[in-house]
Formats: sequence, structure tokens, C-alpha cells
Amino acid sequence: MHRLAFATRTASAYPALSERIEINGTAGFCDPLGGLHLPDLGVLVVSDLHLEKGSAFARRGMMLPPYDTLATLRILEAIITRHDPKIVISLGDNFHDRRGSSLMPPQFREMIETMARGREWIWINGNHDPDGAMTLPGTSMDVLRLANLVFRHEPSVDNPQGEIAGHLHPAATVVRREKRVRRACFATDGLRMIMPAFGVTTGGLDLRHKALTGLFDRPRLVAHMLGRDRIYSVPFGNLVG
Amino acid sequence: MNQIDPARAAQSPIALPAPFLRWFAEKGWRPRAHQLDLLSRVQGGESMLLIAPTGAGKTLAGFLPSLVSLTERGKIPPGSAFSGIHTLYISPLKALAVDIERNLMKPVTEMGLPVRIENRTGDTPQAKRQRQKLNPPDILLTTPEQLALLLANGEAERFFKDLKYVVFDELHSLVTSKRGHLLSLGLSRLRRLAPSMQTIGLSATVADPMDLQRWLVAQVPDEDRHAGLITVTGGAKPEISILRTEERVPWSGHQAAYAMPAVYEAIRDTKTTLLFVNTRSQAERLFQELWTINDDNLPIALHHGSLDVGQRRRVEAAMAENKLRAVVATSTLDLGIDWGDVDMVIHVGAPKGASRLAQRIGRANHRMDEPSRAILVPANRFEVMECQAALDANYLGAQDTPPVGRGALDVLAQHVLGMACAAPFDPLELYAEIISASPYADLSWETFERIVDFVATGGYALRTYERYAKIRKTADGLWRVSNPQIAQQYRLNIGTIIESPMLNVRMVKRNARGSIGRGGMSLGKVEEYFLEMLSPGDTFLFSGKVLRFEGIRENECLVSQGYTLDPKVPSYAGGKFPLSTYLAAQVRKMLADPNHHATLPEQVRDWLSLQKDFSRLPKEDELLIETFPHGKRHFMVSYAFEGRLAHQTLGMLLTRRLDRAGLKPLGFVATDYSLAIWGLEDMGVAFKKGKPSLGALFDEDMLGDDLEAWLNESFLLKRTFRNCAVIAGLIEQRHPGKEKSGRQVTVSADLIYDVLRSHEPDHILLEATRNDAATGLLDIGRLGDMLMRIKSHIRHQQLDRVSPLAVPIMLEIGRETVAGEAQDILLAEAADELMNEIKAGH
Repeated sequence: MHRLAFATRTASAYPALSERIEINGTAGFCDPLGGLHLPDLGVLVVSDLHLEKGSAFARRGMMLPPYDTLATLRILEAIITRHDPKIVISLGDNFHDRRGSSLMPPQFREMIETMARGREWIWINGNHDPDGAMTLPGTSMDVLRLANLVFRHEPSVDNPQGEIAGHLHPAATVVRREKRVRRACFATDGLRMIMPAFGVTTGGLDLRHKALTGLFDRPRLVAHMLGRDRIYSVPFGNLVG
Repeated sequence: MNQIDPARAAQSPIALPAPFLRWFAEKGWRPRAHQLDLLSRVQGGESMLLIAPTGAGKTLAGFLPSLVSLTERGKIPPGSAFSGIHTLYISPLKALAVDIERNLMKPVTEMGLPVRIENRTGDTPQAKRQRQKLNPPDILLTTPEQLALLLANGEAERFFKDLKYVVFDELHSLVTSKRGHLLSLGLSRLRRLAPSMQTIGLSATVADPMDLQRWLVAQVPDEDRHAGLITVTGGAKPEISILRTEERVPWSGHQAAYAMPAVYEAIRDTKTTLLFVNTRSQAERLFQELWTINDDNLPIALHHGSLDVGQRRRVEAAMAENKLRAVVATSTLDLGIDWGDVDMVIHVGAPKGASRLAQRIGRANHRMDEPSRAILVPANRFEVMECQAALDANYLGAQDTPPVGRGALDVLAQHVLGMACAAPFDPLELYAEIISASPYADLSWETFERIVDFVATGGYALRTYERYAKIRKTADGLWRVSNPQIAQQYRLNIGTIIESPMLNVRMVKRNARGSIGRGGMSLGKVEEYFLEMLSPGDTFLFSGKVLRFEGIRENECLVSQGYTLDPKVPSYAGGKFPLSTYLAAQVRKMLADPNHHATLPEQVRDWLSLQKDFSRLPKEDELLIETFPHGKRHFMVSYAFEGRLAHQTLGMLLTRRLDRAGLKPLGFVATDYSLAIWGLEDMGVAFKKGKPSLGALFDEDMLGDDLEAWLNESFLLKRTFRNCAVIAGLIEQRHPGKEKSGRQVTVSADLIYDVLRSHEPDHILLEATRNDAATGLLDIGRLGDMLMRIKSHIRHQQLDRVSPLAVPIMLEIGRETVAGEAQDILLAEAADELMNEIKAGH
């Protein structure tokens, strides 16, 4: 995971090699750390943090490393430091399951409190955590409308215009010289955007998967793939998978 | 050594009961000396290893002590107290267990022995398994995985309490893998459940029999304990030749297309031929090539592990009935399934190891006293030398089977959980039991404790999972499973064979409008990652057919008939053996000694003498390095002869160092024989100036920090980690076909690896991963030995152009690039295409 190494080592020193895009006419920058910066609105969007995923699995007998929450929060710290947004929007599945936010160790709670100081924090509710984030700074809600954009967890079928959603963990694959490279990506056709999952132990769903059919105008769909220190933008037609 | 019962040892060596003597007499046979020898030594209380060539009556020898003992015991009267199994037979293959049942039942029925024999494999129905537990057979034929399942059961103690003998078939192939490690741990538990049990190992010839002899008995610190050994030599020497044709032997490649007419001719002149290759993709190609020239329509079949089971069984049956003239096969047929008369073995491509060649040749002709016939077909000029070395080795009887190796830690974790599932365990007792298994004899108490901790809570320094522990130490000092679901989960994930996700390949029809029809015949399975590189319309070679990829529907890959002559070939992971150390040394010797060149074909002789005049032939213990310009690049070729894996690791490490020295290396390619690195700067000039010197460049210290730094970002290590994590029970194996969405992974091993490495680099599972990689994919051990060997024996030749010896590897360039680290470069290429399109559009 290049993001973690990159964020913890060099985030503040490096210039952000983001990719400029537009959603429903609003300018945004896809940051290779996995967040979307909307400078005109002073907003930073992240999605699918899946905090406390390790411990959720451990409760069911799979002892995944208990370091995923810390790692995700470190990258979040780095990207917030980089853009210093007025508003942070976390697009749902903030915690891996319902009990996640109440069982989270105090040190992580404190990290989030520090990050939220001096800015507004919106927790959009997801399917993994429909009850909202408990005892954390910020506001929980299902949908947020801001300017000409709509922020929700699951992409809607009928109203793509200006929608920024998560839930699907889009990833894209390219093949060059018989080698396959698969990366998480921002997926947008200019009308709506589906965000990559921000959490460090979250897998991806291929953009060509049937769960994503019908959501985009495919001729205009571009995968902005997360590289080591920059975004690689590849049109849908050039992907495989 | 086992204790010997003096009373039994004193008995006459021929102690066969009457039904046996009668049976041998009726058949007009006599028991062979080694069969009686084995019987009497086992009866004397020893555990034994029997090494014998194919066709020597090994199987009967292995079962003779059991059959005699069971005959003496007689039938158990109905209504007697429960009696557990008497003999356990373990084979590496399900098919072999089934085959042996058939072969063993024949004499048992003919002699009228009161013996019940049954097999138990993954295919055995649930009802039969239940019955076997309630009413065990006398002899149970099974596989290592089934043994592990039986041992993790609460009734194991009862089931195995009467066990007298354990027979291990094809022991040489079992012991060197993780399966062998798991089996050795299972054996250590069997010894505790049935302390007087004896083992009998059956094996082909190996380099170091003592390794296996120790494996068979309980190890005691500072004592030499090993089973007895009976070696059956003899059998006629095989008649091996190297294919000579008038055709030009190519410089590189692995297909041997030049030799096809000659190979076809040999098939036509022989009754039944078995053709061996090293990989499944080679098998597909060879099969295709033979059918293109099969003017006589000879029945030639294809057999490899990815094909549909039904299809494989049909080939096996046709072969047993002598209906086929030839079968193209991979290592799936290495092991001793008896399937009819084979008159000749043709090995296409070099066999890569002397013992492997011997075992494959053994497949021709199961009658021990007639010589086997074999032809080796080298695919390129280096392979000519390799084939010659293998042929010499076979004549001398030299062996190069790998050593048993140290027990893997992920396997140990699986076993510890299994033992907790069977019954609460005392850690001291379990530790003592485990170090009695030879692969784990050196296991430290501290490591054992870390493994127990890993099984319980993941073994993390951040102790947050205590409340979720899978096993817990209770007040009586015993460890027990926290709840019954843990045992259930364990049973579903047992085993050490991790398959990469595969999809079923199904043939469909396309109608006139181009839409895809209903599903037809299933052809077998192909790796998911290969399919992900295909777009609909691409063609590839599989199951001997050219197929057109139509798409993926649920868990199946749909294909239709393809009509093209230039299909892609699945490049399967694995199955590509590196050149054995022994053969490598022989090839080096051959190269260095001009007297040896006389045995080689003229084409190869000419090539070597050109090399001698133009540059230099490396001496036996010397590392020859050539530097030369070619095109716009500067090249450095090292002739290390240590196998592809070790060369690949060396390439990774050298490019790092060259990069640091400012020599701007761009890429490298590795073969079994040499390594080529290319870059923008003239490396030869830099070496002459000592910036850096070759001695410094090849210093053993590259295995320190450079290796560590590279490993940390290497994709190879991630693949190894995934296997370790599954075997150790950290993540569950994807069960192809059983997943909901088929291609959606809930937990990605790669992501877990990254998180673990950055937060707890000393974690026990990372240690297990590094140990594995060192012996497996990276072959660091071999690289280390080589660096030591060539120290101050490096010979640099600075040339103005490509040397004859460098030609083969120069032809490989372009087929591979630096993997892993180059990923972002490929992404950039894909993104730049967009840029170019945009520019073109304006």
C-alpha cells in the first residue's frame, strides 16, 4: 500500500500531484491519497473508511492485524493537513460494523477529535453503520446537499446529477506488456463521482462489474487510478477486467 | 533406532503364514528377498524405509507386515469391544489411494484373508465416513489432509489406539513440501496415541535416505534415531538417448518445435509413448504441434492437472486399455499410478533434475528386469548440455532430490489449532510431541509459544484481541478452543495446498447474430488472473483446442471455437522447476572442459569453440561476466548457472546496486543459466575503473540490507504471505465456486501484509513468510552459496559486441520486464495513451 508509506513519510513535504476534474460543473481534485478536494466549497471528501475492520473480524475468529484503524487515520491526518478543509465529509461505512464506533479504543477517538478541531465534520451513514457515529465530533446524516452536489453513501439509480457517493469501492485494471495492474480509482463521467474506498484494508470492485452497470455514461467514464504518488487517468474503454 | 524384540528377531526370516505361501506357489512366484527382509525386520520391531525402483513389488512389500499380522489375528468376532484401525496407508494422491485399494484387494481376495480394506478421501460420502468412525476397517487408505482431519477430531484417541503400522507411499515426494510438514506433525500425534506403532516408508531413490529414515521415527534431542533401510538396486539400466536431428537446434525458447517431425516419427515407430514436459503451457503447445503433423491420425491424448477430471479419467482409462499411442503429460503423472504398458518416454525440454528424470523414465515399462527406453529432446543449445548432464547422472545413478527442510511455521499454527480441536492440550506435552517430528526437531520453545499466541489472538504486540481468543488457557493449565464454531471453521480450512483462484472453462456456441448460446461441455479450469488479461474475442490455447474468449458469466469462463493460428498460451504460475544444483554444476564442468565437448553435437561444439575464440569459456568455479554494447544499450551478462529463481533475485539486487553506483540500469532478464542486465551507461568501463569493482558488486553483503529493502516492496513476498496467512488460519481460503459474487474478496491478503509490515515487522507470520521465500521463490540459500563460491573468482570480459554464449539470453529480452516495481510505469503508459489520443484529436 503505497498510500500509507507515502502519507506517513512525505505527505507534508510533497506537492499534491492531484488530477483536476469536474463534477456537474464543480471543480475538484482527486488526491492520490484517496480523497476528493473541492476547493471552491472548502470541502474534503473521503469514503468507506471501514474503521475497526480488524477487530470486527477478530470477533468472528479471524485475527486480522489490529493496526488498520491507526493506518487509515494516519493517512486521513496527512490529507487533512495537506488541504486544510473547512468541511470534512466522510461518505459512510465509516466503521466496518455497528459496534465499531462504540468499541473503538480511546487513542483513535482522540486522533479524530484532534483532526476535527476547527472544522465541520459530516458523517454520512452507510449500510455497515446505519446508526451513525457515536460519541464522535461532527454530525450524522443520511444525505447532504451542498451547492449543486449531493453526498450520499450508496449511488442512486435515478438521480446521477452531481452525486458523490461511495459504497462500491471501485477499482480498475489495465494490462500493458502482458502484465496486469489493478488499483482503486475515482470513477466519474463528469455528472457523478463514485469514490475509492479510503480504509487501508478495504478491497475493490472492478469498474466492469455488473454492480456498476447503468451508473455511468460509459463513453465519458474515466477511472482516475491511485498510483504511488500521482493519479493515472484511464478511460473506461482502455480498461480490462 | 526402535527397540528390537529379540524373540521375534531370532525367528526364521521366512515367517509367511500358509495362505501366503499357497498363493505364491499357485502363481508360480516366489516372495522377493527384500519383501521377506522387510517383513522380518518390521516383525523384529523396527520402523523401515524401503527404496526400490518401480516394478519391484514395493506396494506388496509395504503391506506384507500388516497382512501377516492381520491374518495371525484373525477375524474379530461380532460383538467384541470397539477396535480401532490396524494399519494406515498414506499416499500423496487421491487417485493413488483408490488405485492401491484395487491392487491390494486382488491378492487379499485370492488368499481369502480376513482383512477389511477401505479408502477415505475428499470424495468419500459423509455416510461412509461416519460408518468408518463407528466401525473402522482394518486397513485405511487415505491422504495427508484426511489424516489431519481425523486427528483433529474428538474421537481420534479411540480411532487410532490400536494402530500397528503406518505405510507412507511415495515418501520422497511427500516430505519436501508443506504437506510433508503437516504429515510429520500428524505422525508425531499418532505416535502418542499408539506408542508401539511402527512406520514403513516406500520411496524412489533419493539423494539422502537418512533424511527419510529420521523422518519416519521419533527424534530425541542429541540422539541419532532413524528407521532401518532396505535398498533394492538393480533393474536394468535404462536406455536413454538425446534426440539428434539434422535440424538446427534453436538458441533459446522452450518449445523444441524443430524436433517435432523426429518426435512424431518416434511415436509412430513405438507402441505406446509417454511424452513429458515441465509446464502445462508446454503440454498444450506440444499437443497442438503433434496434431498438426499427425497425418496417420494416431490416437494422441493430453493430460494435465487443469483439465476436467472426467476428461483426465477418460485418458487414463484409454491408456490402461492400451487404446492410445501417446500421451502428452506434465508432472501429474510423475507418481506411481499403474496405467498400462508404456514402451518409451520422450522428455521434451530439459528435465531440470537428475532424480526427476529417473522417476519419469521409470514410468516406461513397469517390468523391473527390462530396460526402460527414453529420448531427451533439448529445446535449445544450453539444454543440449543439460540433457547430456542428466543422461550422465542417470548412468552414474546420481540423485538430486531436495532435502526435507525445516518445518514451516504456518503449518505448525494449523496443527496447534487442530490439536486444540481434538482435545485440550498441555503446552509442554504438545511441544515435546512436536519436536519429535524431524522437520521440527530444532523448534525452540520460544517460537512454539509465539505460535500458540498467534493461534489464540493473532500474536500482536498490541494485545487488543484477548477477549476474542480462539483458544484459551484455563485454570488447569490446558489450552482449549473457546467455542465449537472454531473447530468447524478449522475443518473447512485444513490443508496446505493453496490454489490460485480458478474459473471453470465452458464451451458455448455463438449463433449467427453473435449472441452466446447455452452452456456446453466443461473443459477444465484456468487461472483467474490469466482471464483478466483477456478481452472478449481474444483467443488462447487450452485443452488442446484454440478457444475464443467470450466473457465471464458468474463463476464460469465462456469460450467458443476459435479460428486462428496464433493464440495466446496461458502462462501458468508454478510448474516451472529451476535447474537443480547438481545438474548446474555438471553443466559448468562440461563447459569448462574441452574434452567433454566431444560428446556434444556438432552445432553445440561449434558454438562453444566460437565462444572460446571470441571471449572465454568460464572455468568450473569461476563466474564469467561479459559486458558489451548492443543497440543503444549497454549489457552485462553473468553466467552463474544457479537456476532462474536465484538469478531473478540476483538481478533485483544487482540492479539496485548498479543504480546506486549511478550506472542507470533499465531492466534485466534471468534464465536458468545466466542473467542479463542492461542500462544506459557502459558498465564494463565502470568495472575496470573499480567504480564499483565487480568484487564489491557481488559481495555477499547484498543479502543484508539490499535484500531487506527489496523484500519490503516485492510482490513475490506478498504472494508468499498470502499462502502463509491461509495455511496459518489468519484468512480463509477463497473457495472457488462457493463465493457469492465470485470475484469479490472480502479480505485482501496484500492489504493485510502492508499493514502488518509497517506496524509489526517482527510478527511471526512475516517471519514464516521470509523463511518460505528464502527457500522458495527467491532461492536465497542458493544465491548465498553461489556468492561464496565465486568470491575472488570473478572474470570480466569486456567485448565490443554480443558473444556467442550471450546469444540465448539476448533473445529472451523483451519477453519479460522488471515486475512489481514497474507497475507504476505501466500505469503511466496506460494514462499517456489517453494523452496521445487527446493530442491526436486536436
